[in-house]
Amino acid sequence: MKKLYSILKYACIIALTVSLISLIAVVAYVLINGVSKLSFDLLFGDYSASPSIFPAFIGTLQLVGIASIIAVPIGIASAIFLVEYTGNKGRFVKIVQVATETLAGIPSIVYGLFGYLIFVVAFGWGYSMLGGGITLAIMILPTIVRSTQESLLSVQDGLREGSYALGASKVRTIFKIVLPSCASGIVTSIILAIGRVVSESAVLILTVGMVVNKVPETLMSPGTSLALDIYYFASHGYPNEASATAVVLLVFVVFLNLLASFIGKMIKKSTYGDAK
Amino acid sequence: MRGVFLFSAVFSILALATITVFLFVSGVPFIAKTGFAEFVFGSNWAPLADNPSYGIFPMIVASLYVTALSVIIGVGIGLFTSIALYKFCPKRLVSPIRQMINLLAGIPSVIFGLFGMTVIVPFVRDYISPTGVGYGILSASIVLGIMILPTIVSVSLDSLNSVPSSYYEGALALGATKEIATFKVMVPSAKSGILAGVVLAIGRAIGETMAVIMVIGGSPEMPESLFQSVRTLTSNIAMGALELSGDALSALISTGVVLFVFTLILNVSFSLLKKEKADKPKKKEKRGVSK
Repeated sequence: MKKLYSILKYACIIALTVSLISLIAVVAYVLINGVSKLSFDLLFGDYSASPSIFPAFIGTLQLVGIASIIAVPIGIASAIFLVEYTGNKGRFVKIVQVATETLAGIPSIVYGLFGYLIFVVAFGWGYSMLGGGITLAIMILPTIVRSTQESLLSVQDGLREGSYALGASKVRTIFKIVLPSCASGIVTSIILAIGRVVSESAVLILTVGMVVNKVPETLMSPGTSLALDIYYFASHGYPNEASATAVVLLVFVVFLNLLASFIGKMIKKSTYGDAK
Repeated sequence: MRGVFLFSAVFSILALATITVFLFVSGVPFIAKTGFAEFVFGSNWAPLADNPSYGIFPMIVASLYVTALSVIIGVGIGLFTSIALYKFCPKRLVSPIRQMINLLAGIPSVIFGLFGMTVIVPFVRDYISPTGVGYGILSASIVLGIMILPTIVSVSLDSLNSVPSSYYEGALALGATKEIATFKVMVPSAKSGILAGVVLAIGRAIGETMAVIMVIGGSPEMPESLFQSVRTLTSNIAMGALELSGDALSALISTGVVLFVFTLILNVSFSLLKKEKADKPKKKEKRGVSK
């Protein structure tokens, strides 16, 4: 009996090693294999001569812009309503909770189909950056609502009551007291949501059209993104370009993640500094 | 101002309703036209043939195979990893490893797909596969298994950490060894949280598109071996979407409806598990008060 459990203990340690090795292997492989294939032409060149990911840069920035302009205000506002106006209980909160949880669980390809049906077909926009951006916004909305809700709940009631006691209105209290004191949590969640936009590709196949060789002229033109470029290169016989693009995307995503934790820490420090 | 906030809160509900309505309105008539049994249990997918037939049963089976195998791989390794991080790992290392695993959870799925395509597929082809085909269920499951590892590790570690340490101390006081206390007392107490993590991982595995599409091959055939080019529900949608139109496109949308229903079932079971988990501590509290 005792022996069995010590064997299990070693199984655990082996499993830990295996998972660390396999996860590190993915990152290390992408970096080692890709860095040597980066070139100026690939990063900033014109697509006409050789493959370039410059259009994908622009496309990714546009998608991030559209998705966050839509999802951030709506997400924060709906979290404010749930926490500040209904006290985070009651039937309405429950319904919204179920809706956001369900939205969070929908596979990205189904979002893609939806975006295709509504923007490409029903609105007649064809493949467009705007349609892709709006679809992504709906996709990241649940994450933003959920984490903003948690941040708002972590604000002590004393702060709100103090503000009311000084004669501030509810709206003023929310914007001047509650939001600033939980800004770090909200900013972190926004950056993580942007990370999801940058990583997403299944949604975009169906909504922005994977046009890899042209910088989108307007928001209504088709285009591409970094993640989508990797898929395009890998499946159309450009393995070197695919691994080089993977390095760029990986650096991008890791940078966003580190930025999120850094900003979280920094704002926490500055608010504590103010309190003194 | 209240109205603005209220509208935003309603937005999620509206979005969900619109997605559901659009998918079902565009997908269900096609299923009805083809016949539910023919569509879901038909084994021939040939949308471009002269006499087209739309059977997605091979894709459903392939999705289930890939999901089951990847969850076995991911949960097997991930659960043990989280137990190791919980009790059998130097305390100094736990937090850096945890942060690293969290960071790895953010790696885009398309990068996992690329890794699978350039490393796992050739490896399976050269060393494991008896048929010499690297693409297929096994490769896809390995890639997905690695991909869902971080989710499982962090959810299980969280639920292990939320078990009161008095359970562990109590077990030690009764003469259990560290290992027995961990495996017989702590892990079973964290069961519902771990199960919720497994359901979450199943949802991620069944809904994943990009990592799968790059390693699964793509032939719409009935899966008969682990080393055979097949197609899952998600890759069926992504592969066909740019090429098909008319009835064939409706068939893809109906595939999406089937996938949507699958994930709804998973969501419901996930929230039921979470509810059970949330209810438990309350009961304990009450018991404590009555004493």
